[in-house]
Amino acid sequence: MKPRSIIADIGKSLAIAVWFMVLLFPLMVMKVNVTRGVAQVQFRWNFLPLVGIAAFVLSYAWRIALEWNERRGSNRSGGIFGRAKAVGGAYLAKPAVRTGSLVILLAFAIAFPFLFGMYHTNVMITAFIYVILGLGLNIVVGLGGLLNLGYAAFFGVGAYTYGLMWKYVGPSFVAAGMDPGWLFWISLPLAGIIATLFGILLSLPVLRLRGDYLAIITLAFGEIFRMVMQNSSDFTGGATGISLIPRPWFFGQRLPPTKAATYIYFIAIVLVVITIFVVRRIEDSRVGRALEAMREDEVACEAMGINLVKNKLITFALGAFWAGIAGVVMAAQTTYINPDSFTLWESIIILMAVVIGGTGSIPGVIGGAILLKLLPEYFRALAQYRMLIYGIAMILVILFKPDGLIPRKRKQYTFAEKELSK
Amino acid sequence: MEYFLKLFLSGTAKGSIYALIALGYTMVYGIVQLINFAHGEIYMIGGFTALILGGFFFSKGMPVGLVLLFSVLLSIMYAAAFGFTVEKIAYRPLRGKPRLSALISAIGVSMVLQNFVLLSQTEKFLSFPSYLPEFSWLQPYKAYINSTQLIILAVTAVIMVLLTLLIKFTRIGKAMRATAQDMHMAQLVGVDVNRVISVTFIIGSALAAIGGVLICSYMGQINYYIGFIAGIKAFVAAVLGGIGSIPGAVLGSFVLGWTESLGTGYISSDYEDAFAFVILIVILLIKPDGILGRTQRQKV
Repeated sequence: MKPRSIIADIGKSLAIAVWFMVLLFPLMVMKVNVTRGVAQVQFRWNFLPLVGIAAFVLSYAWRIALEWNERRGSNRSGGIFGRAKAVGGAYLAKPAVRTGSLVILLAFAIAFPFLFGMYHTNVMITAFIYVILGLGLNIVVGLGGLLNLGYAAFFGVGAYTYGLMWKYVGPSFVAAGMDPGWLFWISLPLAGIIATLFGILLSLPVLRLRGDYLAIITLAFGEIFRMVMQNSSDFTGGATGISLIPRPWFFGQRLPPTKAATYIYFIAIVLVVITIFVVRRIEDSRVGRALEAMREDEVACEAMGINLVKNKLITFALGAFWAGIAGVVMAAQTTYINPDSFTLWESIIILMAVVIGGTGSIPGVIGGAILLKLLPEYFRALAQYRMLIYGIAMILVILFKPDGLIPRKRKQYTFAEKELSK
Repeated sequence: MEYFLKLFLSGTAKGSIYALIALGYTMVYGIVQLINFAHGEIYMIGGFTALILGGFFFSKGMPVGLVLLFSVLLSIMYAAAFGFTVEKIAYRPLRGKPRLSALISAIGVSMVLQNFVLLSQTEKFLSFPSYLPEFSWLQPYKAYINSTQLIILAVTAVIMVLLTLLIKFTRIGKAMRATAQDMHMAQLVGVDVNRVISVTFIIGSALAAIGGVLICSYMGQINYYIGFIAGIKAFVAAVLGGIGSIPGAVLGSFVLGWTESLGTGYISSDYEDAFAFVILIVILLIKPDGILGRTQRQKV
């Protein structure tokens, strides 16, 4: 590779800085306000040099990053990072280390609610709900390669199953002298089943469609779901939603909020562990392999004798199931649901957890989901920039690390020694 | 009958609005097979730029005609520049990668632009001053169609004709068609594919800006979020007509506009936005290639 001339690079970055100063001028420097039909414009000149400097630095960094990205393709394992990764990977691969760290992690997870109190426990519950959602979506996007932009709808189906159970079955439950908290345990499998049915229902029209059409139609489905929930106020409570949903049953006791949070926290942990277990089993199963083949190439996959229709159905059904489960936990935790929790942006955030963490990689998705939920909780000052930062993060990850932060390990055949020594 | 006519005409106006945005969608999709989620955002930025610059010129005491001219021209230029920049940053490095990567990147761009405007301007709905002229001779028919609607219709018609001419008879149009058919082959015969794609984004974004100004004048308000739903609907229109086809996009937009306004008029206004999605699902079930689209074979 030719050594880059630094002066030419700086010149280029300067040009880009000027370009951005001009491009962002009306939106950044001028601020509009309309009073009585007359638009008034304020100037914020202090933003102009800021834009210039930021564009200069970023464009310089951008070029280096792009170059690094291209170079990385040619020599993969080289460099200090590669070696560190290899050493770390080998260390982690030792069974003793693995079990040890897992045990520590589990112990920490169990001790968490007692160590940190209710607020943090609740935050963790939301994070766990997102882990379940992320893992569920990962079946669809990561394994099956089908982009689902309406995933929040299944989440909503789960939450509404519990909410509606409470609204319609709850009163007769109470009248019969039973604890309404039982409804949670009834709704949990029920929501999974109903969400699965919805998943199958949705997959029927999309079976014939290719990638991007499928994304759009799932988006349409999600929005329709939200609108129906919003507009059928007699049945679902409309925009106000359903409130006072009971917490899960705990041996007939009415738990104070702190203990209830701890209880739900443990339910969430158990569900997360079950989800991880099942998803891992699916990945290694015949179905999982078929899904991976489908993701790589639909036509070739069909030619290999894999039934695409059946596999797509399974993908959507499995993905929807976990979303339904997560929905029930969510409804139980917040005790209140309304259609606003299931917008398109919700679907996109779940998708982001999968993409940023690592499409198809279970630890990646878990990490991504926890990261996306915890960061905004603990960086409240940046709350208004949240979506902006998420968007930028998503673009950067797709550009520079398309496999995500913790990429999935591909299944590989390893050949015998003599092949390697040649 | 009168009620029907009213709904039909308002549907036509709506359709021509969607058409302006759908044209950009369909052009981009036709050439790079990318659902440019950020297209709606470009349209919103076009509207905002026109509002800001128009407000500035107006406060400097410029006559209304000139304000309209300058703010529209500048907002077109700015939107085109945005489209160009977005393509360079977020889509070009992903060319040749799996198609879903570019789609995810487009969703990211859409989020970034939306929140950029939200943070740099305002989250409130701003009323959009109408700089468009009122035709006095249209007064008697006011119940059916107003001058803004008429202007929108006329502009859409003119743009569609110009666009068709551009694509059919100019050098760059030929290059666009070649790129759309087969990018590698076009490259082999000497078409500068990068330039063609840039031009496509520029034209598409410019159209979106025109749409933005017209629609905001028609609706009378603007907000950072208007681009998203409009973008989705325009996409539905483009799919409806057969994505990649220019007359298809216009036809699809009208069909969508009519369905929406007849649907809200006769069925329920609660589900105005749902009609678009229902049509989308139905059309993809019956004829996935759209009304005027060509059937595509899937290849390995």
